[in-house]
Amino acid sequence: MNNWSVILSIAKTHLITKIKQTSTAALGVTFGIGSYITLVCFMTGLNGMLDDLILNQTPHVHIYNEIEPSKKQPASFIDDAKESFTVVHSIKPKLSQKKIHNALPIIKYLENTENIKGALPQIKTQIFYMAGSIELGGNLTGINPVDEAKLFNMQDYIVKGSAEALENSDNGILLGIGIARKMSLKVGDRVQVSPINGGIFPLKIVGFYQSGIADLDAIQSFTNIKTVQRILGKPKNYITDINVKLYNMEGAVALAQKIEQQFNLTAIDINTANAQFETGTTIRNLITYAVSITLLIVAGFGIYNILNMLIYEKMNDIAILRATGFSGKDVQLIFMSQAMIIGFIGGVLGLLIGFGLASLIDTIPFQTEALPTVETYPINMNPVFFVIGFSFAMLSTFLAGYLPSKKAKKIDPVRIIRGQ
Amino acid sequence: MDNVLEARHIDKYFKKPVLFHVLKDLNFEIKKGEFASIMGKSGCGKSTLLYILSTMDTDYEGELYLNNTLVTGKDNQYLSYLRNKHIGFVFQFHYLLSEFTVLENVMLPAKKLAEKSLEEIEQDAIEKLKMLDIDHLAPKRASRISGGEKQRVAIARALINDPSIIMGDEPTGNLDSYNANNVFNIFKRLSDEQGLSLLIVTHDEEFAKKTDRIIQMSDGRILQ
Repeated sequence: MNNWSVILSIAKTHLITKIKQTSTAALGVTFGIGSYITLVCFMTGLNGMLDDLILNQTPHVHIYNEIEPSKKQPASFIDDAKESFTVVHSIKPKLSQKKIHNALPIIKYLENTENIKGALPQIKTQIFYMAGSIELGGNLTGINPVDEAKLFNMQDYIVKGSAEALENSDNGILLGIGIARKMSLKVGDRVQVSPINGGIFPLKIVGFYQSGIADLDAIQSFTNIKTVQRILGKPKNYITDINVKLYNMEGAVALAQKIEQQFNLTAIDINTANAQFETGTTIRNLITYAVSITLLIVAGFGIYNILNMLIYEKMNDIAILRATGFSGKDVQLIFMSQAMIIGFIGGVLGLLIGFGLASLIDTIPFQTEALPTVETYPINMNPVFFVIGFSFAMLSTFLAGYLPSKKAKKIDPVRIIRGQ
Repeated sequence: MDNVLEARHIDKYFKKPVLFHVLKDLNFEIKKGEFASIMGKSGCGKSTLLYILSTMDTDYEGELYLNNTLVTGKDNQYLSYLRNKHIGFVFQFHYLLSEFTVLENVMLPAKKLAEKSLEEIEQDAIEKLKMLDIDHLAPKRASRISGGEKQRVAIARALINDPSIIMGDEPTGNLDSYNANNVFNIFKRLSDEQGLSLLIVTHDEEFAKKTDRIIQMSDGRILQ
């Protein structure tokens, strides 16, 4: 019995003859959806960028040998002292090696474990950069540059040169940009480094590294693992850290615990290391949605208002339609479809405007010392946002249309006709 | 036997502002092809009766038959369908959808009924307009034509689905004597030429006199 073409043609005529109100109502939706899309693309873009900043270069599980005091001090081994009160002064950390024992088999084992994308060895050591008679303290980390680039987006932080150039050079160094500035060095120059236990090694600068954290850039440099082993005079199995990247970050906590138990090493998972990070992301998302929902509610009230007015104006029409054989439900559908048409047009326009604005923001230059690879404001154009935005437009207009149209359904035509 | 409309023991109360017995045990029928008018003083309940007969008002006691089938107690969807198919309405105020063209106004009930194709409906509508000499108004907006014309358009709309009966609530009450005459002649012609049943509520004694039968009402009862 529902005759959609008639109902829609009546709805269409109503909307077209009241084009001003219709467009105002639709613009309300457009504005709400447009700003939702813009906001959410921009905010999640920012979130993604900040995530990348921290998470991409942070290993999901970091394995190393912690220097710490023995958990069981010698005093506790003495049976006689068990019942007594023991005081031990100036406990020192246990003398242990910095390297991870059996590092290479552990790496092999980890790489074959499920959910692990890769496990990369590193050697961290302190060195001095020599500039004439001046010695600058710093950190030198031995890495497998190409693997690091693949798993931890190392290339994002190499501002000059490349990971490959470092990989291919036997005595190359990727110098922190801060050190390079201090020592007025450029790519191709040589820099002399000296490990703590003495000796001087000239290394060729193949590129600059900029993490965005000035303090870090002033001390940190990278070179090949082999080079560090040579500088330190250590064998090939000398590895101080293993960085593990997972396919699924959720498994990090469990894996860290397992590694600690199995290998008697310290393993820090990313959630523990960056606990405050999640909070920031959640709150930014919350703000985005709060603002968008507010805008859509305002738009919804606009539609509600305009439909209410329209129904009041169209009382006679409603009575006539009822008298000539349209049921209350048909009348409700007429006004419902008007609301939905407004929501649809407004929503689609909103998506387009949101897309336009987001694209525009994407082209605005955004240069900051902290993020060497970012050139414009980050935008995350996820189709899911468009689906959510559109569904929200339809939902809010449905609700805004439902109440007035229900009122229209209940109008008694006899009262209106006789009331004249 | 051949009753288009039959009312049995119709009682109607107004509950607000105070309980008021408007219609008191009404019994009457309209025969097929009959041109009847209901007359009576203001407030005697003739309009109330008409809206009960039209199926729009369902709050009454008694039984109402349309084409010898009981319509009392049927659900609203079905009643809407009945109104659409079997009852044509003409009101005192012209009640056209002012934003639609004359043609669209006439076509609307047929579109709702959806028994014919759009082309057939349009042809029918133009035919009805022609019959009432207003086919030249077809493309005009309903808000742009005169009162007399509007009432004729309303009659064309009432006729579009070839109803069993046309009901009118003072269809000439708002028209000057020329147009009122015109409307009466149209009704008369429909009754004579097409055997259409008509039931018209009116104040106009002259109008009523010319109909086949006058149903006189007073204080909620039919005077015989």
